[in-house]
Amino acid sequence: MKNSSNETFHLPKLERQPFEPRALKSIVLSSITILSAVFACVPLFSVLIMLIYRGGKRLSFELFYALPPTAFETGGGFGNAILGTLFMVGLAALISVPFGILAAIYLAELGKYNKVAQIARFCAKTMTGLPSILAGVFAYAAVVLIMRNYSAWAGGIALSLLMIPVVMLTAEEAIKMVPQAMKDAAFGMGCTQTQSLVKVILPVAMPGLITGVVLAVARAAGETAPLLFTALFSDYWLRVNEPTASLAVLIYNYSGMPFENQIELAWAASLILVLMVFILNIISRAIGGKKRI
Amino acid sequence: MLMEAQSQQQATKTHQYDAADVVLDCQAKQIFYSDFLAVRDSHVPIVKNKITGFIGPSGCGKSTVLKSINRMNDLIRGFRFEGNVHFHGMDIYDKKVDPVSVRRNIGMVFQQPNPFSMSIYENVAFGLRLNRYKGDMDEKVEKALRGAALWDEVKNKLKNNGLSLSGGQQQRLCIARAIATEPQVLLMDEPCSALDPIATRQIEELMVQLKERFTVAIVTHNMQQAQRVADQTAFFAVDISRGGRTGYLVEMAPTAELFSNPQEELTKEYLHGEFS
Ligand SMILES: Nc1ncnc2c1ncn2[C@@H]1O[C@H](COP(=O)(O)OP(=O)(O)OP(=O)(O)O)[C@@H](O)[C@H]1O
Ligand SMILES: [Mg+2]
Repeated sequence: MKNSSNETFHLPKLERQPFEPRALKSIVLSSITILSAVFACVPLFSVLIMLIYRGGKRLSFELFYALPPTAFETGGGFGNAILGTLFMVGLAALISVPFGILAAIYLAELGKYNKVAQIARFCAKTMTGLPSILAGVFAYAAVVLIMRNYSAWAGGIALSLLMIPVVMLTAEEAIKMVPQAMKDAAFGMGCTQTQSLVKVILPVAMPGLITGVVLAVARAAGETAPLLFTALFSDYWLRVNEPTASLAVLIYNYSGMPFENQIELAWAASLILVLMVFILNIISRAIGGKKRI
Repeated sequence: MLMEAQSQQQATKTHQYDAADVVLDCQAKQIFYSDFLAVRDSHVPIVKNKITGFIGPSGCGKSTVLKSINRMNDLIRGFRFEGNVHFHGMDIYDKKVDPVSVRRNIGMVFQQPNPFSMSIYENVAFGLRLNRYKGDMDEKVEKALRGAALWDEVKNKLKNNGLSLSGGQQQRLCIARAIATEPQVLLMDEPCSALDPIATRQIEELMVQLKERFTVAIVTHNMQQAQRVADQTAFFAVDISRGGRTGYLVEMAPTAELFSNPQEELTKEYLHGEFS
């Protein structure tokens, strides 16, 4: 007869059991997630590699200061398009950042529960899904037809229409993420609404605000359709009241041309556009990162 | 008629104080969160240079009453306060009163530590900067941190973020932040619930020191703490007889009297339950 106390007493198995069903399941599942994550990077890297391969060989200083070549010319660059993109995206940011952030403050704090805020939020959400070409058509009707000319202004305004909802909705999220307890503390100390926003809420929300602005700028910098109706293109240096070149429209125009030189320039312009967005991302991380907790 | 009957009943519950000693007189007839009646018929006089303790079971409306005293609840949607709170001859719920000024004179320490995401130094200096304090900031910050029994732990890392501190340290930082501006009345909602016994003792000593210059109201679940620090104690309970869960003041009296000789049956039961 066995000792009963011996029978009930088991040493717990603490060693790993890699071939048990639950261990196998977890190995399989985590491998799938890793694979999916890796797969998500494939498109980005293939685009990057292709851009570096096809556009990299034309990279030179000439690109930045020369004007676009004519049909059978060799060489040339697209300094005017870089300048045009910077100007129009800059203008769009100048309009959409203050506007979007102020609207977000209303949505997230001041008018949290009221109808106006709900309607504004709904409109912004709808606008993020707006086909970008419609922003172009709108700016064409609202600016180009009235000024009677294609211009950098019209281009900037068209881009700002696309940026506002992105800035607004990401900023709203960022402000909402600030813990309620911290907001309470600000009021408890005797802050007015403005003081609590400026001294407590916005500094904490800053990394999120910056991320939103960068996302919006990156989106605007690559948009072609809204500029086709508003800024058009130009072979000359930036004059704000006249048709204006941009990298996106240059890529669109030149990639379809039957000339080797222009096609090469289109690749180089694509590479530079991607690099510009990339650098912006890094700068914003450097700024936003400092503020992080 | 009903109102009269209630105020009669009120008079028996609340110990009578000399009007001149009452710095802040909270008469909460009804406090609502939207349709929910959270607190009714609670008259809590807060006596100058004394510590008033709020005790009672969880959910009986201690925090609600405390926050009503400096209009913190204004920020909650659907909140409604019926009654009045007299402070320096004004009703702080009067339309003419600016709630921001009320909060600058009646400081608050919350149930959960909530430091700002900024340096320890700036956390403490926050209220002083808000009030455009022009004097020696370093001195004020050190004094407040010493008062909150935190100075020795943070004096070498004043530039670190307040959120990098431990929970108990964060709560003491919040206390330092609240006392730095020397508000006339300091409301504390379970300030010691995240603290170890040593820090708790330090905070209790601080409160006793503070009452020489200020007036303190403190919510606590710790009966020993109430007995140690509170001069007056208000006992709240939940009334479920009318269908809801409405909190109300059962009895308020000098602490020793309330603990040794409670007038109400409920108070006896609660204190008995706590101690057995
Ligand atoms: N923001 C709010 N919205 C709706 N109801 C609330 C809100 N805050 C508190 N209440 C309700 O009011 C009642 C009183 O809550 P209160 O926080 O004042 O209790 P308490 O006595 O402080 O409890 P505890 O000791 O657990 O902190 C509870 O029934 C609670 O559910
Ligand atoms: Mg509470």
